[in-house]
Amino acid sequence: MEAVHGHGHEHDHAHYPGGIMRWVTTTNHKDIGTLYLWFSFAMFITGGLLAMGIRLELLQPGMQYWRPEFFNQLTTMHGLIMVFGAIMPAFVGFANWQVPMMIGAPDMAFARMNNFSFWLLPPAALLLVVSFFVPGGATGAGWTLYAPLSVQQGMGMDMAIFAVHIMGASSIMGSINIITTILNMRAPGMTLMKMPLFVWTWLITAYLLIAVMPVLAGAVTMLLTDRHFDTHFFNAAGGGDPVLYQHVFWFFGHPEVYIMILPAFGIVSQVLPAFARKPLFGYSSMVYATASIAILSFIVWAHHMFTVGMPAAGQLFFMYATMLIAVPTGVKVFNWIATMWKGSMTFETPMLFSVGFLFVFTMGGFTGLILAITPVDIQLQDTYYVVAHFHYVLVAGSLFAIFSGIYFWLPKWTGHMYDETLGKIHFWLSIIFFNVTFFVMHFLGLAGMPRRIPDYAEQFADFNMIASIGAFGFGLSQLLFLYVVVKCIKGGEKAPAKPWEGADSLEWTLPSPAPYHSFETPPIVK
Amino acid sequence: MASTTKNWVTAVAAATWAGNAAAGNLNLQEPTTTIAAQIYSLHTYIMVVCVVIFVLVFGAMFYSIFKHRKSVGHKAAHFHENTTVEIIWTVIPFLILLGMAAPATKTILAMKDTSNADITIKAVGYQWKWGYEYVRGEGDLAGVSDGIQFYSNLSTTKDQIYDKSVKKSENYLLEVDNPLVVPVGKKVRILTTANDVIHAFWVPSFGVKQDAIPGFIRDTWFTAEQTGEFRGQCAELCGKEHGFMPIVVKVVTVDEFKAWAAKQAKDTGAPAAETAAAPAAQAAPEKTAAAGGAADGKKTFEGACAACHMTGVAGAPKVGEKAAWAPRLAQGKDALYEHAIKGKGVMPPKGGNAALSDGEVKAAVDHMVSLSK
Repeated sequence: MEAVHGHGHEHDHAHYPGGIMRWVTTTNHKDIGTLYLWFSFAMFITGGLLAMGIRLELLQPGMQYWRPEFFNQLTTMHGLIMVFGAIMPAFVGFANWQVPMMIGAPDMAFARMNNFSFWLLPPAALLLVVSFFVPGGATGAGWTLYAPLSVQQGMGMDMAIFAVHIMGASSIMGSINIITTILNMRAPGMTLMKMPLFVWTWLITAYLLIAVMPVLAGAVTMLLTDRHFDTHFFNAAGGGDPVLYQHVFWFFGHPEVYIMILPAFGIVSQVLPAFARKPLFGYSSMVYATASIAILSFIVWAHHMFTVGMPAAGQLFFMYATMLIAVPTGVKVFNWIATMWKGSMTFETPMLFSVGFLFVFTMGGFTGLILAITPVDIQLQDTYYVVAHFHYVLVAGSLFAIFSGIYFWLPKWTGHMYDETLGKIHFWLSIIFFNVTFFVMHFLGLAGMPRRIPDYAEQFADFNMIASIGAFGFGLSQLLFLYVVVKCIKGGEKAPAKPWEGADSLEWTLPSPAPYHSFETPPIVK
Repeated sequence: MASTTKNWVTAVAAATWAGNAAAGNLNLQEPTTTIAAQIYSLHTYIMVVCVVIFVLVFGAMFYSIFKHRKSVGHKAAHFHENTTVEIIWTVIPFLILLGMAAPATKTILAMKDTSNADITIKAVGYQWKWGYEYVRGEGDLAGVSDGIQFYSNLSTTKDQIYDKSVKKSENYLLEVDNPLVVPVGKKVRILTTANDVIHAFWVPSFGVKQDAIPGFIRDTWFTAEQTGEFRGQCAELCGKEHGFMPIVVKVVTVDEFKAWAAKQAKDTGAPAAETAAAPAAQAAPEKTAAAGGAADGKKTFEGACAACHMTGVAGAPKVGEKAAWAPRLAQGKDALYEHAIKGKGVMPPKGGNAALSDGEVKAAVDHMVSLSK
């Protein structure tokens, strides 16, 4: 790809207010991307601290540190904060930084709405965090907020509902922005099928978000009116049905799973070709596979509900549909390996995280297939096996891809190279402690340990201790990540415009750090 | 590559160490029903297929990582698509999936077949205990245990949980005061429902997990093939004490079961043993309650019935109005139970409070009758 630099040097000087007002008033996609990423990191640390609290209590049998109800608050808020506060905003941060630069656009389509969709997040996060300190504490109904348990909770539950509303509104605005930007602001010559795969995955993700965030908003609104305004959507005594909540929630929840993984696929699809020095294998089949996964995600929701009790025909349908997802996911994995095949690979930190992603995420994919088999799922539903499974896809999947993307683009964002040695150490610590923590959870689930319990029978003691030690190690390793990033921002070896030999998308045609305003004149893509 | 070796060494070492400490904890619990055995072999089969694919796919990846790296001087090839291989690796996984779906379908259909049970037991989830009600026996168990009902509470003491210095019992957190007793070799149908929030009835070695949903009845079944005690837990987050409502199923011989049922009936005054095939409604709940835990009739009455039966709304007989009650009492208590549970005229089933157990409704009826005789 060739690009024409459209900015004159006189424009390199950014015009923005100093101090905090720069960040409050900014409409610049790079500033907003930065805000999203730091917000996400703050939430990642918050949710991580809650996880440490969970693993501390589970280190040994017996109740040592918390009351059972506080333990439930920890698991619930860990889930909510990680999903809505850490993972999703991180990907939106990537979209903000990268989508305009990768399609040759000067900024996002709706710059001021972009500012608003970010600034909705801190109040929502505040609602979640502060809910720990209100009477009754935070909600302890699990991140899925199942009725009727969620109807019983204290005012912390209402705060969580409002937080979900606000974050949902933010996501919808963000998605509208991303879709409009991608569809309308591509540089001349950049057809849809020439877009980098990261842009493709985000386009599809944004459609998923617009489709399902209102569904979640509906579910929690019904919850709110059941709690306070005498409706009985989820109360059998009033003609409602508690299971309705689960159907509505998972109709949101399953596409949500892919919302959190498709952009990760996108990042890995940028990184692997760059370090294999070889174009992505099967570009168009990757696009079709991503779209297939997104479409299938709408017809598999009830596989989260196999133990609820449904007709055999229902169980069969949802089992077959779920198993089908293995096909496009398999295509993606094969394509990635074919991309590496006969390449000329080097293993800098972004590549390590992407290869780590591929290896460990696929394990999560296999346990997903095992869980798709209804009879096996009925045995494993609500056990630590499921906890292991979704951490394999969410931590080793989404989070490792996020790390990969951060290391990949940090030179472009900061203008400095990060510390390669420390980055590699961060990778090795992360992947080892990750497996120590979560691999043993498969055994716990198989042996019959339910999830979301604050204390357990003694036959589960050994694996729980291993998992806890691993979790503390994983948590501490992330402080190293913070150090590496801060060090890179403060200084370091000057980054060239294209620090990675095999990288070829448009952002690498810009100098490092990318100027505050880029592609004011669109580049021509051939 | 070093990374993977390290991962596997870590995982395997961890597994071996803990495996030695608690042998047999690396896989599903030993199955004791045909369904659990089918689940076990399904899991093994799919696991093996997955491991084989995993080794092949990542064997290729690690080969590539070692051979196709810049540091060994490998030059990058430039191919980036091949329709034939794309079709192959779409079709082959699809065929493998078909091979998995077939046996799974068979098991699903078997799990769903709750017909022809020898005995039917209602399991009611409460925050935070289980209540069991032997609804009905059929065949040679007809009437044997009908009407027996009791609560099943965690019997691990609080100090074992909260005080580190107290020694934990052998079945810490997996022991109850009154286990569910069932006969070996008989098909047991479990009806689940709940009183407050969603719970889940789960006995891993039986391959049985069924959510208990307030206001709705779901069912599942098992046929225990060996005697002994089998332990499970509530599997759906149900609030504060979710981790402390275990399930213990004691499987006994048919003779032992009959003797147990007769003793329960004698201890509690339940007429079950004498009135073969009697409807469940004939149990005397307040006496049963004395043994198993109280279904508090007065409390239920105040919560669910008083709104109409204290005020006489819509023609409801007011409590204490003997004239209004006399003709109703003449129909017999069973009829009253039935009307209260199933509803009659403007009276909604269970007074519109579907979350109540049958036992609670009966206790409330008894309470009202005692005030109106």
